[in-house]
Amino acid sequence: MIEVKNLYKSFDGRDVLIDINTVFEDGKTNLIIGQSGSGKTVLMKNLVGLFEPTSGQILYDDRDFVQMTKEEKVHMRREMGMIFQSAALFDSLTVLENVMFPLDMFSNKTLRERRQRAMDCLDRVNLMGAEDKYPGEISGGMQKRVAIARAIALNPKYLFCDEPNSGLDPKTSLVIDDLLHSITQEFNMTTIINTHDMNSVMGIGENIIFIYEGQKEWQGVSSQIMNSTNKRLTDFIFASDLLKEMRAAVMTTDK
Amino acid sequence: MLMGRTFSVPERFRMFWKQYVKEMAQLGIDSIGIVLLISFFIGAVICIQMKLNIQSPWMPRWVTGYTTREILLLEFSSSIMCLILAGKVGSNIASEIGTMRVTQQIDALEIMGVNSACYLILPKILGMLTIMPLLVIFSSAMGIVGAYGTAYIAHITVPDDLTLGLQHSFQPWFVWMSIIKSLFFAFIISAVPSYFGYTVEGGSVNVGKASTNAVVSSSVLILCSDVFLTQLLS
Repeated sequence: MIEVKNLYKSFDGRDVLIDINTVFEDGKTNLIIGQSGSGKTVLMKNLVGLFEPTSGQILYDDRDFVQMTKEEKVHMRREMGMIFQSAALFDSLTVLENVMFPLDMFSNKTLRERRQRAMDCLDRVNLMGAEDKYPGEISGGMQKRVAIARAIALNPKYLFCDEPNSGLDPKTSLVIDDLLHSITQEFNMTTIINTHDMNSVMGIGENIIFIYEGQKEWQGVSSQIMNSTNKRLTDFIFASDLLKEMRAAVMTTDK
Repeated sequence: MLMGRTFSVPERFRMFWKQYVKEMAQLGIDSIGIVLLISFFIGAVICIQMKLNIQSPWMPRWVTGYTTREILLLEFSSSIMCLILAGKVGSNIASEIGTMRVTQQIDALEIMGVNSACYLILPKILGMLTIMPLLVIFSSAMGIVGAYGTAYIAHITVPDDLTLGLQHSFQPWFVWMSIIKSLFFAFIISAVPSYFGYTVEGGSVNVGKASTNAVVSSSVLILCSDVFLTQLLS
């Protein structure tokens, strides 16, 4: 479980995150949603330690990440996996070497065991047969799946995904969503996904946090969105006329 | 601060060793071809210039070989060759690390708990420090081969005179001086572009700018330090 308490972050005197308080629960896909520039990525970068909060606490199972020493943070990060928007695979390494990288770096297993674990991870994301290819030789969706395999190689307790569906077609996005959801439940991880994708919000959002201009505007589950009276949330989720009409139709039917 | 993070104990020596060997091959071994090619022709040109401009009936017949050797050993193979390598290797390092920065590969390393500066930069610096003395020796040797080329193929000078000059008043310290200088330059060539690449912000345009700045800065630093090192070691 990750608990965020009174988190503030400002850049050059400009507040980007204002008094964020929330809990990201174990075994659930926690979604952070919001408009571009609302502070979602800044929140995630604070959570993983790429940014230092101006004030506040980030508790990983009651361990305050903000107060940790540099060495403690390094050890803490070995319990984290992260999938970047761009996949961030190492260009000079093959798919298998990318997945093996965290194992090579931090595991004391033999080469055969490390290789086997990497192959198991690739199998889990349905990428068997692509292990000898380089990142530049595979599609965007496959790159995201390699990034997922690399992120889960060390069985992390916390999984962070920064816009995992960015640049993918709707069908591939659903595959990635399903994969993240099932992995979260399978390994009982605390998964936090930063997304714009409304399919993800409605499909796998078990705990959704809506950020508006740096503040937590709304928190709930996907089923509550449809009936929400929060105008900022509904304006963001049902941005197009088509979605507005669909929502109106659903609400009329419910009545 | 970056150097402090760079010169720390690697998390896993097997990974460090793998990177170290890879960097030696990529930055050093892959540069041997260009070093030999340039050294051959510059050795030949120096020999021709010395013969045409210095050699006269009043000068000893070994003067062409002697001056060619001194120029090659004292300046060309250490300083000028490093200046050339600053362009090739420096831009390679800055663009590689800069691209890793803008594509979030360095962030990915940090999230994994890897000291990215140590993992990426230390093998490059140590790899260059290891391979540079070899490049300097190869360069000097190939320069001399180039000088002999002018004697045997173009008949610019007499091979025996050249041999006499190359052996005249030879001081082994000059070889060490050349190697010591090259070690300083190897550090500059690898550390300065690494810094520029590592601190890139933005996109591909900034990677290009960082690459150019890295080459310019390391070249200027090499030239400045050459003055001090020459004075210090002579």
